[in-house]
Amino acid sequence: MWAALLLPVLALLPFAGAALVLSSPNAQRMRAVSLAAAVAVAATALVLAAAPAVFVGEVLRWQVEWMPQLGLAFGLRMDGLAWLFALLISGIGMLIVLYASYYLDPGDPAARFFAFLLLFMGAMLGVVLADNLLLLVVFWELTSLSSFLLIGYWSHAADARQGARMALTITGAGGLALLGGVLLLGDIVGSFDLETVLASGDLIRAHPLYPVALLLVLAGAFTKSAQFPFHFWLPHAMAAPTPVSAYLHSATMVKAGVFLLARLYPALGGSDLWFWTVAPVGLTTLLVGSYIAIFQHDLKGLLAYSTISHLGLITLLFGIDSRLAVVAAIFHILNHATFKASLFMAAGIIDHEAGSRDMRKLNGLWKYMPITAVLGTVAAGAMAGVPLLNGFLSKEMFFTEAVGHDSSAVMNVLLPTGAVVAGIFSVAYSVRFIHDVFFNGEPVGLPKTPHEPPHFMRLPVEVLVVLCVLVGVFPGLIIGPVLAVGAQSALFGGPYAPLPAYKLAIWHGFNLPLAMSMVATAGGALLYFALQRRVNLHRLVRLPGWIRSGGREAFQFFTQSKLRSARVLTETIENGSLQRYLFLLVAVALLAGLAPHLGGTLAPAAAAAGTPLNFSVMVVWVIGVAAAIVTVVVYRQRLLALLMLGVVGLVVSLTFVYFSAPDLALTQLLVEMVTIILMMLALYWLPAESPREPSRLRQIRDALLAIGAGAGIAAFSYALLTSGFDSISPYFLRTSVPEGGGANVVNVILVDYRGYDTMGEITVLGLAGVVIYSLLAGFAPARRPRPQSTEPRSQFLPLIARLLLPLAVLVSLYLFLRGHNAPGGGFIAGLVLALALILQYVANGRQWVEQRLRTDFRVWIGAGLLIAGAAGVGSWFFGAPLLTSSYAYWTLPVLGAVPLASAVVFDLGVYLTVVGATMLALVSIGRLTSAPDEAER
Amino acid sequence: MSIELLLSIGLGVLAASGVWLLLRARVFDLIVGLTLLSYAVNVFIFLTGRVRVGAPPIVDGKLAPTLASYADPLPQALVLTAIVISFAMTALILVIALRANAETGSDHVDGAEPAGTEAAERGR
Amino acid sequence: MSWPHWIIVPVVLPLLAGAALLLIERGRPALAARLSLLATAAQLLVAISLAALAADGSVRAYLVGNWSAPFGIALALDRLSALLLVLTGVIALAAVAYAVAGDTNSRLDRRGPHFHALFQFQLMGLAGAFLTADLFNLFVFFEVLLIASYGLLLHAAGVARLRAAIHYVSFNLAGSALFLIAASALYGITGTLNMADLAQRVAQLPPESAQLARSAGLLLLVVFCVKAALLPLYFWLPSTYGAATAPVAALFAIMTKVGVYAVARMYTLVFGADGGVAANLAQPWLPVLGLGTIALAAVGALAARDLRGMIGYLVIASAGTLLLALGLGSRDTVAAALFYLVNSTLVIAVLYLLADRIGAQRGEHGDALAPGPFGAERSWLGTAYFVAAVAVGGLPPLAGFLGKSLLLAAALDTSYAAWVWTIVLTSGLAIIISMVRAGSRIFWKPFEPAAPAAAIATSSIHVLALGWLFAALLLNTAAAGPLARFTGAAAQQLFERRAYIDAVLGARPVPPAVPIRAIVGDKPGKDKP
Repeated sequence: MWAALLLPVLALLPFAGAALVLSSPNAQRMRAVSLAAAVAVAATALVLAAAPAVFVGEVLRWQVEWMPQLGLAFGLRMDGLAWLFALLISGIGMLIVLYASYYLDPGDPAARFFAFLLLFMGAMLGVVLADNLLLLVVFWELTSLSSFLLIGYWSHAADARQGARMALTITGAGGLALLGGVLLLGDIVGSFDLETVLASGDLIRAHPLYPVALLLVLAGAFTKSAQFPFHFWLPHAMAAPTPVSAYLHSATMVKAGVFLLARLYPALGGSDLWFWTVAPVGLTTLLVGSYIAIFQHDLKGLLAYSTISHLGLITLLFGIDSRLAVVAAIFHILNHATFKASLFMAAGIIDHEAGSRDMRKLNGLWKYMPITAVLGTVAAGAMAGVPLLNGFLSKEMFFTEAVGHDSSAVMNVLLPTGAVVAGIFSVAYSVRFIHDVFFNGEPVGLPKTPHEPPHFMRLPVEVLVVLCVLVGVFPGLIIGPVLAVGAQSALFGGPYAPLPAYKLAIWHGFNLPLAMSMVATAGGALLYFALQRRVNLHRLVRLPGWIRSGGREAFQFFTQSKLRSARVLTETIENGSLQRYLFLLVAVALLAGLAPHLGGTLAPAAAAAGTPLNFSVMVVWVIGVAAAIVTVVVYRQRLLALLMLGVVGLVVSLTFVYFSAPDLALTQLLVEMVTIILMMLALYWLPAESPREPSRLRQIRDALLAIGAGAGIAAFSYALLTSGFDSISPYFLRTSVPEGGGANVVNVILVDYRGYDTMGEITVLGLAGVVIYSLLAGFAPARRPRPQSTEPRSQFLPLIARLLLPLAVLVSLYLFLRGHNAPGGGFIAGLVLALALILQYVANGRQWVEQRLRTDFRVWIGAGLLIAGAAGVGSWFFGAPLLTSSYAYWTLPVLGAVPLASAVVFDLGVYLTVVGATMLALVSIGRLTSAPDEAER
Repeated sequence: MSIELLLSIGLGVLAASGVWLLLRARVFDLIVGLTLLSYAVNVFIFLTGRVRVGAPPIVDGKLAPTLASYADPLPQALVLTAIVISFAMTALILVIALRANAETGSDHVDGAEPAGTEAAERGR
Repeated sequence: MSWPHWIIVPVVLPLLAGAALLLIERGRPALAARLSLLATAAQLLVAISLAALAADGSVRAYLVGNWSAPFGIALALDRLSALLLVLTGVIALAAVAYAVAGDTNSRLDRRGPHFHALFQFQLMGLAGAFLTADLFNLFVFFEVLLIASYGLLLHAAGVARLRAAIHYVSFNLAGSALFLIAASALYGITGTLNMADLAQRVAQLPPESAQLARSAGLLLLVVFCVKAALLPLYFWLPSTYGAATAPVAALFAIMTKVGVYAVARMYTLVFGADGGVAANLAQPWLPVLGLGTIALAAVGALAARDLRGMIGYLVIASAGTLLLALGLGSRDTVAAALFYLVNSTLVIAVLYLLADRIGAQRGEHGDALAPGPFGAERSWLGTAYFVAAVAVGGLPPLAGFLGKSLLLAAALDTSYAAWVWTIVLTSGLAIIISMVRAGSRIFWKPFEPAAPAAAIATSSIHVLALGWLFAALLLNTAAAGPLARFTGAAAQQLFERRAYIDAVLGARPVPPAVPIRAIVGDKPGKDKP
C-alpha cells in the first residue's frame, strides 16, 4: 500500500522542486543546484524503493478524480516498463544535474535552468507513469513545453530561438495529433484507463476508426522521436545547453515516442497497417540519420543524427512486430540512453575545455585530455556496436530480428541489407568521432589549450561508461532482470502474452548476425578512411541539398509563406472599410430574412382584406415617400437633406396621430425637433457638403441591396399586417385603470407594466448625455465654425422666448401630472421643458441662460436615475417586487383628480433624466458653436 | 390597395433610402441614413399592433376593454422606448463624428480620407 | 437567501451605484473609485450566492412590478445565467482594480470623466441581459450595455479610439435596428414578448405565420452574431477591442459572450429542438459559420502585427468555437461550450491586461510584435505570458485543453466530426505558433538599447488584478470536475425548457405585505390579486 502512495510523491516532487527553484534568485546558484540535486536523488531513491514490488510483478496504482465528465483522472501506474523508464529519467537526471552545475557559466541564470530541468523531469515521469491516456497527453505536451523553454534557454542566440520554435511547432503538432488519437481510442474503448485500453486490443484493431486512431497516435510518436520526415527539428534543438541535449534530446524525451510505441503496442500493434507504417519509417530514419551523421562537422550535430538513426532503429524494431523485437527495442532504448548521454556529456566537456565543437579544429585531444578521450572512445565503441559493450548486444538482437523477419519479399530483402548498411554508416561516424577528435594530428586554431575537466564534471560520464561496459560484459547479471520485467509489461496482455525466450549472451556462436556485425564494423572503418582519403571530409562544406538537414528549409519556407499569405488573406477580407462591413451586415440580414421563404413563397393570408385606403393618408405618405427619396438624391447638400429628413419625421408623427397613437405622435415630434437642432449644431463643425463619390458602381450596388432590404421589410410588414394574431394586450386594457391606476394605457405600460424597460431606457438616454459631455468636455476645436454660425440674430426671438419659458414650464408640469390618464407623462413633459430651455439658448445665447440657470445637468441625470431606482426599490419595503406601483388620487383644482401613483415618483426620475440628458447634449455642442458670442463681447 | 399595403410600401421606401445612406462614406450621411432607418423601424414596430383608426388606447369606462375598441397599446409603448433609445444613440454618434472630424480632419467613416483623393493629399 | 429580491440585485445595485457615481465622481474621485470597487465586489458576491441558489437546478422567476408573466417583465435565474453573472463579476473586479492601479497620472480611470459610472452601468446592462426573460427587455439591456461600452471605449479618447468608435457604434446601431425589427415582428406574429410564452406560442403557429416566425428568428440570430462576432460580422472587433484601454478590453471579453448567451438561450428555449414549426432554426448555420470563423481567426492571429490585435482574433476564435459547439446542438457539445466559455473568457481578460503591462514596459515600441527594449519586469511578465499562452493555446494542463478535449470528444457523434476535428486542431496549432512567435519576439529577441527610455512600473494593484484572474484560471483547471458538473447541468437545464416555461409563466404575484393602496377622491381602484 505504502508503495502506491509513493507514486504521487514521485510524480509531484519535481514540480514542487521546480517551483522552489524558480522562486530562488538566479544569483544563488548553489541553492538552485542543491535543490535540483536533492529532488533528482530523492526521485531515484523512490524509484528504487518501488523495485521490490515491481520485480515480483506487482503493479502499483494510485488515482484521484480530475474531470470525470471527460474521463480524465489523475491516475498513476507503475509496472515494469514504467519503472524502467522512471529509473532512466531520475537516474540520468541526477547525473545531468551534477554535470550541469559545472557546465553552466556563472553568467547564466541558474535558477531558471534547473527549474526548467525539474519541470521536464516531472513531465517525463508523468508520461511514463500515467495510468490514463489523456493524462499521458497532458504530460506529453508538458515535455514539449519544457523542452521548448530549455532549447530557448540562451534566448539571445538566434539559433536557440529558432530551434526552440521549430521543436515546439513539430512536437506540438504531434501532440495535437496524439490528443486526437487518444480521444478516438477513448471513444472506441469507452475509457482512457490504460489497462482497459491495453486489454481491448482486438476490439480496437477491429474498429473502423482503428486506422485513423493509429495514424494519429503514430504521428505523435514519430514527431516526438524525430522520425523521418519529422526528424529535422532534433539537430536544431542542439542549440540548447549540452546537458539538455544529453538529457532530453538523447536519453529521455525523444524516447517518449518509442515509449509510446512500447506502451500502446498491445493495443495498437499486431496489424499489417502497424507493420507497413512503423517499419518503413523506422528503416528510413535509421539509414538517413546514420548517413548524414558521417558528414557532420559539429560534434553535437554528429551525435544528434546518430540519435535520430538509433531512434529509427528502435522504431523499426517495434515495427517488425515480433515479441523478440520488442525485447530488443527496449534493450536498445536502455543501451542507447547510457552511451549517448555519456557521449553528449563528453562532447560538452570537450566544448567546455577546448572552446569548440568543430571536428575540423578538434584533433589529437588524446594527449590533452586522456581520460575523457578513453571514456569518449569506449562510449563511441558502444555506439558502433563493438563487442563487450552494451551496444553490441542489442545490435546483434536487431540483426537477428532483421534476418529472422519474414513478411514479404521486399521487406525480407530490405530489412537485412538496410540493417547492414546502417551498421556500416554508424560504425563510420563512430570511427570518425574517435579518430577526428582524439587523434588525427594536432588541434587547429582552438581558442584555448584543452585540458581535463574538473573531476566531478567527468564523473557522470564515467558512471555511464562503466555501465556500458558492465552491461556489455555481464548482460544477464546486470540488465537481465530489469529488461525482463520491462519487456514483460510492455507485452502486457497483448497478442504475445508470455515473455519470449531469449538469451542475453555475448557469444551466440558463428551465425549470420555475427557475420553482419563483422561486415558492418570492417565496412564502416573502411568507409570512413576511404572518405578521409578521397573527399577529405574536412573540406566538405555542405551535403547535397536533398539530404542536408532535411525539412529545415521546407519548414522555414512553409512558416514564412504561411505568414505572408495569412497577412494577405486577413487584410483583403478586413480592409478596414466600414462601408464593406455594413454592406455585409445588411446582406446577411436580408438573406436571413429570406432563407425560410426560399422554399415556398411569402404567402400573406389574403383573407384579411385590410383597411380601406383613405385619401389624406395617401397624400401624407406620398409626401413622405417623396421626401425620403429626395433625401437620398440631395444627400450631398446636407442642410437640404436634413430638411427632407424633417419632412419624413413629420409624416411619421402624423401617421401616429391618425392611427390612434397620440403619445407617439407627441414624442416623435419633440424628439425630431431636438434631433434636427442637434444635427444643425453639429453641421457647424462638419463640411456642408459630402464630396462627390468616386465609384458609380458602388452606388448602384448599394442601391440594389437597399432596394432589396426595403422590399424585404415591406413584404415582411405586409405579411404581418394581413395575418391574424392573438395578443396579450387586452390584459393591459382590462387592468390599466383598476390595477395600474391610469387610463392612458401606453403610459401605464411605460411606467408600470414595463417600467423596467423604461428604467433601462432612461439609463441609455442619461448615459448618452454623459458620454457626449465626456467627449466634448475640455475639447476646444482647432478650426473656427463655418460662417453661417455668425449670422445676425432676430430681435423678437429673445423676447418671445423669454415670454414662452414660464408657459412652457407650466405646460410641461401639466403634461407630467396628467400623463397617467391622458397623453403626456414624464418623458414628453421633460422634452417640452428641454425644448423651452433650448429655445432660450438659441434666442438669448449661452451666457444669458447660464447666468440664470446655474446647474450641472449631470446632476439632473444622476438624481433622475437615483430617484427612478429608489422608486423601484421602494416597493421592497412593502414586500413587493421591484417597481411595484401603488397609487392614490388627489383632487386638485383645475387639474381635477391627479394620480399619486408611486409610479409618478418613478416618472419624476424619468422627467429629470430626460431634461438632464437632452440639455447636457445640447449644451455640450452648443458651447462649441456659441463660441462667437464671446468673440462679440 | 389597402392602408396596410400603402404603409408597408411606405416604410419599405424609408428603409431602402435609409440603408442606401447608411452605406455612404461620410458619417453625417450615415447618420441621416440611420435616422431614416429608425423612422422605418418605428413605423414597423407600431404596425405590429395592426392598423387602427381613431381608437387611442385611453380607456374610459364606456367601451369594452378589448382590441376591438382600442388600438394595441403595447407596440406604442415599444415604439416610445425605441424612439428614445435611437434618439440617444443618434446624438452620441453625431458627437463622435464631430469630434473625430475635428481631430482627424476628415468626416470619412474610416476616420481618414481614402488614399489617392486630393483631400487625402491636403490632409498631409 | 430566503429574501425574494436577490435575483434583481445584480441589476439594481450597479444602477444605484452608477447613478451615485455620476453625482460624486466629479467632486470626490477617490471616494468614487472606492465606491466603484466596493459595488463591483458586492456584485460578485451576489452573483456567487445566486449561483449557489441556482445550483439546486430549479429555475427562479422574478416578476418586476408584480405583474404576472407574460404581461409584465419577468426575470429568470437558472444555472446558465448564474454562471455568466459570476464570470462577469470575476472579470469586472479585476478590471476595475486594474483601472484604479498606478499613480495619479498613470491610472486609467482618471484619463477621462465618469469611468466608474460607465463601468457600473456596463455591469447593469450585462446582468440585465443575462437575467431577463423578456425579448424586448433583452433589447433594452443590450442598449444599456452598448451605450456604456461606447462610453468606456471612448474613455480617454484619442484618434484611434474615435475611429474605432465610429465603426463600432454605427455597426451596432444597425444591429439594434435589426433587433427591433425581429423582436417586434415576433410580437406581431405571436402576440407576446415573454420568452417562455414565445417558446410556447411559436411552437404551435399556423404554417404561414410559422414561416414569418422563422424569418424573425433568423434575423434575431444575425443580431446576436453581431454581438458574438461570427463570420462575416466580426470584422469590427479587433480594432475596437484593440483601441480600448486595457481594463475596458478585459471587460469586453465578456461582451461577445452576451451574444453567445443570447444564442444559447433563444435557440434552445424558443427555436430549439422542441421549437415545433420553428425547431432547430440555427442548426444549419452555426456549425459552418463557426468553423469558418475559427479558421479565419486563426489566420488573423498569425497575421497580427501587435499583441492586442492578436488577442482580438483570439476573442473571435473563442466566439467561433462557442457558436460552433452550440450549433452542433447536442447536450454534450453545449455542455462543452459552457465549460470552454469560462476559461476562454478569463484568459482573454488576462491577455489584455498583460498586453498593457508589456506595452508599459517597452516604451514607444508598445505591444508591437517586433523586438524592442524592455524594462526591468521582463522575467515575470514573460512567465505570466507563457502561462496565458498555454491557457489560450489549449495546451495542457490548463482548462483550455480540457475544454477543447471535451468539445472534440462531444463532437465525435455529430455529423460534422471530421470538420470540427480538423479545423479545431489545426487552428489550435496556428494559435500556438502565433503565440510563440509573439512571445519570442517580445521577450527573447535582443535589442539595443536593452532598456526603454521610459518604462512604467507595475504597481502592486496591477499584480493583484492579474493574480486574481490567474487564480481563477488555475481554479477552473484544478476544479475542472465540479465546474464541468455545473456547466453540464446548465446545458441539461437549457434542454429541459419545460421547467423554464413553467417557472416563468407559473410565477404568481405576491400580495403586498401591507395594504399600500389608499383611495382618496373619486377614482375607484382595487388591490391586485
